[in-house]
Amino acid sequence: MKYIDEFRDKQLVIKLAGHIKNLARGDLAFMEVCGGHTSAIHRFGIKSFLPDNIKLISGPGCPVCVTGKEFIDKAVACSRLKNVIITTFGDLIRVPGTVSSLEKERAKGADIRIVFSGLEALDIAIANPGSRVIFLGIGFETTAPGTAVTIKEALKKRVENFCLLSAHKIMPPAMEAIIKEGVNIDGFICPGHVAAITGSGIFDFIPEKYKLGCVITGFEPVDITQAILMLVNQVNSNDPKTEIQYRRAVTKDGNSMAKKQMEDVFETCDAFWRGFGIIPGSGLKLRKEFTKFDAGEFYQFDPESPENDGSCICGEILRGKKTPPDCPLFGNECLPDNPIGACMVSNEGACNTWFKYSNNECNNYT
Amino acid sequence: MCLSVPARIISIDGSMAEVSCGGTIFKAGLQMIENAKPGDYILLHAGFAIQKISDEEAVETLRLLKEMKDAMDEM
Ligand code: SF4
Repeated sequence: MKYIDEFRDKQLVIKLAGHIKNLARGDLAFMEVCGGHTSAIHRFGIKSFLPDNIKLISGPGCPVCVTGKEFIDKAVACSRLKNVIITTFGDLIRVPGTVSSLEKERAKGADIRIVFSGLEALDIAIANPGSRVIFLGIGFETTAPGTAVTIKEALKKRVENFCLLSAHKIMPPAMEAIIKEGVNIDGFICPGHVAAITGSGIFDFIPEKYKLGCVITGFEPVDITQAILMLVNQVNSNDPKTEIQYRRAVTKDGNSMAKKQMEDVFETCDAFWRGFGIIPGSGLKLRKEFTKFDAGEFYQFDPESPENDGSCICGEILRGKKTPPDCPLFGNECLPDNPIGACMVSNEGACNTWFKYSNNECNNYT
Repeated sequence: MCLSVPARIISIDGSMAEVSCGGTIFKAGLQMIENAKPGDYILLHAGFAIQKISDEEAVETLRLLKEMKDAMDEM
């Protein structure tokens, strides 16, 4: 397929990896922030092409994984109310909350529907005027503009029975939190689809303030390998900067229409990230003009219960401190069919993708 | 769910399009891109076209990669 096959040219990946091997001096670690990159790295076995001195570390960019238990608990509480329909992206229903998950509630009879987009959730609200439809909004700058469009449509069409429970987040504050944690990395493989919306400029503070290189990258094996080469070159020339590898989709300024949608509807707020706790200014909440679509206006929830993940080490994995095989439950009690923690749920979660591809089971690329 | 995939616009009806992604048809909201027309490639993400894919830039990236590969082959 166009824009896919050309960037899967294995010979090119091998060449690029050879170049990396010749140029990389000493041990280097790069963090792929985005869960989509984590998934691609495992799916295509990118690590097997790279020399041993290059280490790739997964970061906090899987939206399902960083969503806290408290949010799941709120959604579960809502799903138990009368005349409520919960609409959500698929992966979220399997994430365990403190005592239940949306999947379990659905099995018990709650009306929980999986949608592909916010607009689909809005259509459900229009078709069910006797119920209140709550849309669970998760995701980063890639997903938030779509939710913003949906909210504006709801206003325009005067849909009174639709509301949003927002766990939308933005990426740069989490990357700064990683740096402040002191995770030992030499640069970031930056999320390509976040940057397609925001533009490359949002990462500039990282080389400027923290002297770490940032390369915005596509999701095919040639993209990722080329980005690693670009980061190695930055390290060698001691010239950290923001560079765009994924030029077919990313510009310096990004998508102004999408940014405007997001800015019209949302403002930043403090937000909870699994593994990190509250990161100031890292969340998105509805602006005043749109509070009538805020689920928080209708439903009061119990105060936050302290997060306790038992022996699940998702938090440390999301902070780049540990890898999935460090977890005693990995591949034992915790499996894709029976996730104990959020990182085993989505195919962008480090535990899930690590488990699925660790034996190259489904991989005919390498 | 954060992954967006390249898809080709097949038809447009107001602010919605039908797009094809490897033969599978999806609906995509066009509220975030300008001057979309059938045949354009977009990135499809959670039911919306979030960006047009630039053909020139894709060709340019591949050209530079090929140059580098050829240079290495000669080494
Ligand atoms: S393997 Fe399961 S329990 Fe262990 S860190 Fe990953 S998600 Fe948590």
